[in-house]
Amino acid sequence: MGALGFILNAEEGERSWRLAEYVKRGGYSALKKIIDENIPPENIVAELKKSSLRGRGGAGFPTGLKWSFMPRQFPGAKYVVCNSDEGEPGTFKDRDILRWNPHMVIEGMIIAGYAMGCARGYNYIHGEIWEIYKRFEEALEEARAAKLLGPNILGSDFSFELQAHHGYGAYICGEETALLESIEGKKGQPRFKPPFPASFGLYGKPTTINNTETFASVPYIINQGGEKFLELGKPNNGGTKLFSVSGHVNRPGNFEVPMGTPFRDLLEMAGGMRSGRKLKGVIPGGSSSPVLPADVIMECTLDYDSIAKAGSMLGSGAVIVMDETTCMVRALERLSYFYFEESCGQCTPCREGTGWLYRVVHRIEHGEGRPEDLDLLNSVTENIMGRTICALGDAASMPVRGFLKHFGAEFEYHIQNKKCLVPEDVQRAGSGFFKAA
Amino acid sequence: MLEIEIDGKKTEVSDGATVMDAAHQLGIFVPHFCYHKKLSIAANCRMCLVQVEKAPKPLPACATPVTNGMKVFTHSEAAVKAQKGVMEFLLINHPLDCPICDQGGECQLQDLSVGYGQSAARYQEEKRVVVNKNLGPLIATDMTRCIHCTRCVRFTQEIAGWQEMGQAFRGEHAEIMPFIEKTVDSELSGNVIDLCPVGALTSKPFRFAARTWELSRRKSVSPHDGLGANLIVQVKHDRVLRVLPLENEDVNECWLSDKDRFSYEALNSKARLTKPMLKQCGEWREVDWQTALEFIGTDLKRVVREHGTASFGALASPHSTLEELHLLQKFVRGAGSENIDCRLRQTDFSLDGKGITPWLGMPVAEIPMLDRVLVVGSFLRKDHPLLAQRLRQAAKKFTRVSLLHVADDDQLINLHAKSIVAPSALAMELAGIVKAVAEIKGVTVDAALAGVQPTAAAKAIAESLASGEKGAVFLGNFAQQHVQSATLHALAQKLADLTGARFGYLGEAANSVGGYVAKAVPGTSGLNAARMLAAPCRAYFVLHAEPELDCANPQQALTALKGADLVVAMTPFKTRALDYAHVILPIAPFTETSGSFINTEGRVQSFHAVVKPQGETRPAWKVLRVLGNLLGLAGFEQDNSETVRDEALGGMTGSVAERLNNRAEGIAVSLAPTAPALQPKLERVADVPIHFADPLARRAPSLQMTRDAAPPAARMNAATLAKLGLTAGAQVKVSLGGTAVLAVQLDAGVPDGCVRVAAGHELTSGLGPMQGELTVERA
Repeated sequence: MGALGFILNAEEGERSWRLAEYVKRGGYSALKKIIDENIPPENIVAELKKSSLRGRGGAGFPTGLKWSFMPRQFPGAKYVVCNSDEGEPGTFKDRDILRWNPHMVIEGMIIAGYAMGCARGYNYIHGEIWEIYKRFEEALEEARAAKLLGPNILGSDFSFELQAHHGYGAYICGEETALLESIEGKKGQPRFKPPFPASFGLYGKPTTINNTETFASVPYIINQGGEKFLELGKPNNGGTKLFSVSGHVNRPGNFEVPMGTPFRDLLEMAGGMRSGRKLKGVIPGGSSSPVLPADVIMECTLDYDSIAKAGSMLGSGAVIVMDETTCMVRALERLSYFYFEESCGQCTPCREGTGWLYRVVHRIEHGEGRPEDLDLLNSVTENIMGRTICALGDAASMPVRGFLKHFGAEFEYHIQNKKCLVPEDVQRAGSGFFKAA
Repeated sequence: MLEIEIDGKKTEVSDGATVMDAAHQLGIFVPHFCYHKKLSIAANCRMCLVQVEKAPKPLPACATPVTNGMKVFTHSEAAVKAQKGVMEFLLINHPLDCPICDQGGECQLQDLSVGYGQSAARYQEEKRVVVNKNLGPLIATDMTRCIHCTRCVRFTQEIAGWQEMGQAFRGEHAEIMPFIEKTVDSELSGNVIDLCPVGALTSKPFRFAARTWELSRRKSVSPHDGLGANLIVQVKHDRVLRVLPLENEDVNECWLSDKDRFSYEALNSKARLTKPMLKQCGEWREVDWQTALEFIGTDLKRVVREHGTASFGALASPHSTLEELHLLQKFVRGAGSENIDCRLRQTDFSLDGKGITPWLGMPVAEIPMLDRVLVVGSFLRKDHPLLAQRLRQAAKKFTRVSLLHVADDDQLINLHAKSIVAPSALAMELAGIVKAVAEIKGVTVDAALAGVQPTAAAKAIAESLASGEKGAVFLGNFAQQHVQSATLHALAQKLADLTGARFGYLGEAANSVGGYVAKAVPGTSGLNAARMLAAPCRAYFVLHAEPELDCANPQQALTALKGADLVVAMTPFKTRALDYAHVILPIAPFTETSGSFINTEGRVQSFHAVVKPQGETRPAWKVLRVLGNLLGLAGFEQDNSETVRDEALGGMTGSVAERLNNRAEGIAVSLAPTAPALQPKLERVADVPIHFADPLARRAPSLQMTRDAAPPAARMNAATLAKLGLTAGAQVKVSLGGTAVLAVQLDAGVPDGCVRVAAGHELTSGLGPMQGELTVERA
């Protein structure tokens, strides 16, 4: 964990998730400051805008702007919701934040509630990380006992209640409106937008949904000021960011680095390439972002704008590193299978298209590809992208397009020769799953 | 108003309108599957993607709100590319088994694929196969064909009011299904067949009977409840093979109840009577019409001669046409009698002679504009499925619907307040509401209500009614059949007067209003239905009715008929008239004769015969005309049914609403519990279950397999069960003017001290009156 980090500033083993430890690290001082100084909510939103904090869940939407969308004068209930439903292959940062620093998320959510006039919040936690859900519940109990949560927080007239809600592992529930449906007890299916959650969210009330890491960044911004946060990163890309590095590196894990850090530095922090092999490609922002070949990614810095310029997305910061032993067809087959299985089935292009994509890639991988298949794949993705209710259709299409764009030759080789460009024994040697014969 | 330009055509739409609304306004067709004007927007099929200027990607017309100055292209290259892309996806897993699909020829997917599909498929993989589901006796499934538009799901949720279907599983494995081990049991379920844009949900009774292009489409009117739903009857080789809704926004919108839709099966059933029958020397013989009619003429003359004209009476079903009722009353009166009635289940006739012709009191289409509604004594959802549907939609908006009734059946309406009381307490409870409203309004009440103490439920209903501006009080079938129906009428009228509400009746049958208009009710010297049976006549004409099931007191009816010298049964079916009649005449059901029904709002709806009469069957109006001539009566010269109708309507056309009247002064309110029927120890609650309510529904095989057609039981709540020392499932003998052996069933919705025993069914036809004290003992 990076020394610069403020989110992952706690080390394993020292019971860093306890309230007392968090307070020792300066925790809840931002909340105290707000209460003691009676800071007006609009100042908090202004500070966030200044910080240039962008949503850490993947889309990178400016958080301050999002908070300002909440109707201030709305008479009824309003909600703040934390999206801890990270389920995309390669993503594993939110669970570590909640594992080591749950109070930072709680503090961020309380401040959000204060800033947007919400009296209730929910943290929707992915269903497959049960122990983290339990730890978060314990943290909530601690906060309630310390009067940091509940009625009249710290003796003020501001009250905020926060509940944890665990899902059951559906990827689609990470889509914010599907998440809201799931909290409401319904089947997790995205809603058509507009109306957006800011006007019609949870139980039909104005709702703001942010990623776990986004909320965890809020206390720092309040304590240190938006400008300080912005300075941590680079213009338009404020702060530090967690990157979940996985794949063929020596030291996979979460790394918190300033926005704008060169990719090669991150690779070094992750211990470099395993067995000193050559880097082949990197999926920079979770499995839905297009893969970038080694020469392109090595020139990139880790921020929204640089990665976008290179033709991919920073997304949730899940960096999947692949070395030369990787068969790109097999890699894409695995990804396509994921989206095929996780499509909610609500709207036509995604329900029907993801299965089609998977079957064609599967066929190519198994030596049954046809010359026209590459055009077919591109055409099918074109028919999915931008035609669906939520972004899952795009998420399923972009990796296909990325792999075909940069590694099309490998697919062609597969089709023509009915086998992989990367010899089987090399693949086996490189894979953690196959023992060398 | 917002200005929008679609395909170069400009129009203005109101705020909140979608691009689809605007396209409809301009007459531009945007291809779609999941969109339906009566259902919520799902935007899941993506077929209606259109190009919107300045939008980076195509947007669904059904869900995109119009913004001012918006420019939309529905047939541009980008729009068509998106639409064709969606069509390809829809077809990859669709079986394309059109040649063996019942939807073929009337399939939205088939139609649109002509315009947007490709001639060859690019999808070469295996197609999805989905296991079929059992949705009950009415809806056949071929779920492999499903395109997941969720219209059926949204229909059950939003229109039928009870989600019976859903989409289970995810992605490509997603399946539309009912709840596990459940069928679709709504009384409106058949509408999902019309809604399904493909052949996934089709009609089970119609399955494989014909191709749609072989069928003629003929307009007709439903002969069942008081709404008079408009029908398209589909016909092949002079057989009715299917019934569909004819859209009429003012009546049935685009819906039909299952009874309207599937009762046609009875028309082709073996129970049809196709030749006149005559009982001679105790033996039934098929005879020709001449013989049958001459026999009737001679015998009727003999009875009248021997016993006087007052010994002749006629009982008509309120499901008969206006023309039939008109000629029947003309015939009876021509024969010198005033004994005619079509109100067979009514028991309290004290309103007769006060100029009341019960009707809805307002147009059906204005129901959604009411802000307060009280329904008194109605098994609303089963008695009036589509009127209940209107109230259900209204209750979702600003209408507060309250119910005062004798059974707590789930109406699937978001009721504002309700009061469930025993039948004997119904009038008192309504009086309580009147009194509570009077107190709120600061008005003094009649002396009759002086001692009434409103219950909490009555006060809640009163508060709701008193606070509204456009209210209505409706009396349901049960209130009309109640032994105190005149008192209920007086109280409801009072309530309406106090609150400025409209006041009306939910008409029991397709032609309940028509019966009054045709004067098929007794004159001052005549006997009403109850008196005709209590003090038996010597000769009876029975039109379309099955008195052993359709009368308020089946046992009394049967005794009266069995003791008569002449019973002429005019019916399309071989009924139990074989036990008591002397002549049975096969008359045409509504599909085989022209005629008219006047619905509960006074709308005259005429229809033609859609098929030729089966066998020797003849339209009843013609039969009555010939009989009139045979007896030498004047005024039976009509050449066609239109002449008969015009004569019956006395020059009115379209609507007779202005001639109808629900209000009368000086009706006695009698709350004193004097009659024995009003102070019973254990009393009967009798409903007429939806599929037992008329001869047609009773003989429709598929309807008789539904859950709504479960055999009647002795239903009571746990307290009553305990008091009687009974357990659910036990067989009991129920006695009330006769006996019936029934299974005991637990029903928490039955009031204390009551046993719910349905009427209109063979199993309970051994019982006497629908209301009164009954005894229950172990069988």
